[in-house]
This record gives sequence, C-alpha cells and structure tokens, in this order.
Amino acid sequence: MKKNNLILYGGLLALGLVAPFIFPAFKVQLSILCVLIVLAITWNIQGGEMGYNSFGNILFYGLGMYLCASVQVGMFFPLAEWTESGGEKTFVHTPVQFFQGIAAGLVVAAVIPAIVAGLIGYSILGLRGHYFAIGTLGLGVAAGEISGGIEIIGAGQGFTTPPFPNVGSLEARGEFFYYCSFVALVLTFIAVKSIYSTRFKLVLNAIRDNEDKAEAMGIQTMKYKIIGWMISAFFCGLAGGIMGGLVGYIDSTDVAFDGREMGVFMVLMAILGGKGTLWGPVIGATIFHIFKEGFWTFFLGWQYVALGVLIVVIVIYFPEGIMGWLREKYPERFGEVIDDVDRKAQVELK
Amino acid sequence: MDLLIFQAPILMVQASMDGILLGILFALIAYGMALQWGVMNIINIAQGDLVILGGYIAYFMYLYGIHPAWGVIVSPIIMYFVGIGIYKLVINKVVDRDLFISILATFGISILFMQLMNFAFGADVVLANSGYGTTMLFDNSVTLPNSKIFAAIISIIFAIGLVLYMKKSKLGRAIRATAQNARAAKILGVDTEKVYAATFGINAALCGVAGALISITFTIHPYMGLPYTIRSFMIVIVAGLGNLPGVAISGMGLGVFEEFADYILGTEFRIGSVFLLLVLILVYRRFKLAKKREYLK
Repeated sequence: MKKNNLILYGGLLALGLVAPFIFPAFKVQLSILCVLIVLAITWNIQGGEMGYNSFGNILFYGLGMYLCASVQVGMFFPLAEWTESGGEKTFVHTPVQFFQGIAAGLVVAAVIPAIVAGLIGYSILGLRGHYFAIGTLGLGVAAGEISGGIEIIGAGQGFTTPPFPNVGSLEARGEFFYYCSFVALVLTFIAVKSIYSTRFKLVLNAIRDNEDKAEAMGIQTMKYKIIGWMISAFFCGLAGGIMGGLVGYIDSTDVAFDGREMGVFMVLMAILGGKGTLWGPVIGATIFHIFKEGFWTFFLGWQYVALGVLIVVIVIYFPEGIMGWLREKYPERFGEVIDDVDRKAQVELK
Repeated sequence: MDLLIFQAPILMVQASMDGILLGILFALIAYGMALQWGVMNIINIAQGDLVILGGYIAYFMYLYGIHPAWGVIVSPIIMYFVGIGIYKLVINKVVDRDLFISILATFGISILFMQLMNFAFGADVVLANSGYGTTMLFDNSVTLPNSKIFAAIISIIFAIGLVLYMKKSKLGRAIRATAQNARAAKILGVDTEKVYAATFGINAALCGVAGALISITFTIHPYMGLPYTIRSFMIVIVAGLGNLPGVAISGMGLGVFEEFADYILGTEFRIGSVFLLLVLILVYRRFKLAKKREYLK
C-alpha cells in the first residue's frame, strides 16, 4: 500500500512538472486548474472537515489578489499613480524588480488574509449553521462592493497588474505562472495531508459532528476553529495572488471578489468531489474544470444557466460527492471493515 | 463634517421619509421570507430574484401599454404559480435536508434566474413609469414621488390582508399548525406537502407584489436580486421569526439606514454598507447570546 502511494504521488508530481511541455496550448488552463484545486482544498478544510460551510472564502482570495498586486507595484512605484488611468504604461518593472515584487507579494498575499481570518474569526466563527453561511456570504459581497469604491486600488476601473517582463522565450510567462500555481498546489496538498494525519483533523471532525459535545469533552473549539479558518485563508490568499498575476487585470466584483463565480465554484468543487475527504476536492475540481471549460466553450452565453442547473442537480442528487459515493460502494478501500453478514443485510434492506 | 446632509438638515427629513417608504417594501419581502423560514425551515437565496422577476412582469405590462399599477394584481398571480413550480421541481427535495443543502440549492436557482432574466429582458436598468407625479412638502424642500406612497400603501394592504388570511382561513390555520409542529400537523390530517407548496407559492406571490411596486418606484435589473435577499434575511433575524410588527419596524429602520448611508458614505458604498450591517448584526447577536452560553439557532 505504501509503495503504491509513493508511485502514485511520484507519478502525479512528474506529470505536473512536465505537463506544460506535453500540452503547451493548455498552460493557462492548467494553471487555472491548479488554482481551482487549491481553492477547493482550502474550502474543504473548514467546509468539509469542520462543518462550517462558508460562502465567504472569496474574501481571502480577493484580498490576496489585491495585496499581491499592490505590493508588487508599491515596492517600486507610487501605487496611486499606477492605478490612475494609463499609469501602468508610465512605469515599467525591470525583470529583477518583477520577480522580487511577485515573491514578496505572494508572501504578503498569503500571510495577511490568514491574519485577517484570525482577527475576524472570533466574531464570525461564533455563528453557526446557516447564520455562518449567510454571514460569510455578506462578508464576501461587502468586500467586493467596498473595494470597488476605494480609489487607490483602482476603484471601479480596475487594477492592471505589472506585465510580465521580456525574459526568455514567448512561452516564459505561461510557464512561470504555471509553475507558481503548481508549487502552490503541491505546498497546499502537502500541508493539508500532513494536517489531516494529526489530532487536529480529529478535533475539526469532532466540531463538525457535534460542537457542544466536543466542547464538553474539553476541546477549546473556538481556538481550533480559528486555526482551521486561518490555514484555509492562508492558501486561499496565495491562490488569489497567483490568479491575479495570471489574469493580469483585477476588477473588484468581476475578478477579485467574484462571489458569483469563484465563490460558488469552490463550494461546488468540494461538494462534487466529496466533502471531508483529502482527494475529493482534487477530483471534484478537475472534473468541474473540464465541464466548465466545455460549457464555457460550447454554450457561450448559457454558461450561468448551466451552472445554476448544475448546482441544483449536484446538491439534490449528489450531495455526497464522488468520494462519498465510492466510499459507500467500496467501504473496504477506505479502511472500513464490514463483514459479509452486515453487507448482505444492507443489500436486503435496500 | 462638511457633508451636505449636515449642512442642510432638511435632507435628513427627506432621507427618513424615503427610507420609511422604502423600508415598508423591504418589510413585505421579509414577511415572505419569515413565512417560508418559519414553516419550511428554508432560507431562500432566490428571494430577491423572485422579486426582480415580479418586477419584470409589471414592466412588461407597462411596455404593452397597460398601466404598471395593475402589475400589483397580475404579478402575484403569475408568481404564485412560478413559486409552486419551483417548489415541485427543487424545494420539495431539500425541505427536510441539511440547511446548507437548501441554501446552496436556492443559490443555484438564484444564478439560474439571474441569467435567464438577463437573456429574456436584457441587462439594462429599467423602470416602469407610473406617471403619478410627486408631492412637495415643507416649502418644496422635501419631494416625495407619489408612486412611493402608492407602493407603501399597497404593501401595507397586502401585509394586513395576509395576516388576516393566516388567522381566519383554513389554509392559514394549516400553515400555522405546520410551522408549530410539522409532525403533529401531519398526524392530525394536515397535508403538509400541500401546505409547503402553498407557503412557497404565497411567498413568491408576495415577492411578485413587491417586485411590481419596485419596478414602479425604483429600478430593476437582472442582477439586483441578491441585495433584496440579504435585506429580507437581515430584517427577519433582527425582528425574530413570527414577530410581524418587528418585521415592519426593522424593515423601516433598514430603509432609513440605507438612505442615510447613501448620503453620508456615498452611493457607491450603499450595497456594501447593507452587507456590512448584516455581518455586524449577526456578530452583535452572537456576542449577546454568548453571554448566556447560547448561539443563534
């Protein structure tokens, strides 16, 4: 079993490393896929494992996006003049400045959202169930509306991120952002996998299953909830920072705090793959991305209709997700021991 | 502070009047939300989109030369059947499931409606002109469009009518019984399935009325639904379920808050301030309840 896992992970890692050379035309799509997987995994930390279904993680994504771009610009040039119309044409980053900027920007984009999550966590995570869902939905939309009114980050007219400098071949930009997002994905996966093998995950699951009982057992639930949300926010912000550079243009409600797209996507991907599993979000995001690109290409204009129908269908008929379905079908593979008598009884019941 | 509203205090009167008239409309939508929340334990994210759809029905009557005020009659009738349709297709499958499932399912409906309306009616901001003129008060310094007054009166009539219907009619009694205890109501011979469908239909009809009034007094746009959902949710949690005078008062309070936010912070922060207020109210309630070691249920 151990050896199989090693082959699986090694194979996936190798595939990820060579993917941009095998499919050169799909580099941007692959980068977006990596970002989507990161988002699904981060949503799953508190949505799936902790049972706190958030619609507002888009807050951290958008925050990371704006922070990364602001740091990238603000380190070398006055930010306010950059975001004025045409400002990005006056100032040009040298390659060194660009890479320094994006490195610092990504660190800030990850750390600040985590701190924000820690600061608001005590207030927001005291809400439960649907109040938490609606409260976070409000947070996400409010962030979008408010950032759309702030002048220094471009307000309604948007924020152009620094263009990629002229180094290497024409393909360099795509490859750079692909490897950025792939490294982010690998980091997220390793972090989450190692977290899931500790007692921390059991605490999160206890909170999901019955918070009052967990508290009665002496677990400081609030502390763990905040830490869980901070981890989620950290990687969410990182993904946002990368996506900002990849898209090249930040708009408050259409790109950064895009609750109607990304905010729903991350929930949907995690549910499609299976909430509360390690691989569920990864599989869900991959399948979702393929579907989404198909819809966006062949049903252009009708994509949101398709999205709405897809949400309803998944939620009603497929709430357990792919991993949940597999788990029900092959419980042995997931380490659950069921003897034949039980299984027969189950089949007869059905 | 050198804001206009502090220099000319009469604007405060203007904002308060506007806010109260607007708030009565919000209260009508919130009433529908409280109804379905209390009876079916469902939070309908698509509430605002039902409102906008109702508004487009009135707008279309206006386009075809019928006075849009008749939308107040026509729109709820159409919306009632739309509501029943949504219930039969989606809601009845999520009624007794996890609350998050119903939130997500109605979110899906919301996106679907938004986009379908965008296709059907276009992405322009529209309004149906009622031609009611305006009333001037206080030496012409406060202007109140008559359409807003008309809207407030109609909403009050519908709200009172619904309260009476709930109290007196057989279906109303069945709905209230189901809200108190669905299982007991079922045992005593109430067809809860029918009650749920009727509740959702009535909610949609209320949204239809509100939408028709909004299309006369303000503007409608396919993507403007979500703020109405959030507003009505906020009004319901401030007032508490089943507290109808509370719904009316908190609705007006929200309307006044919005008008003042509009004047003080600027129009671009109007929607943002509504959403922030929601978060603040939730957090305030949470800390208040945490003192008693309880939480919002």
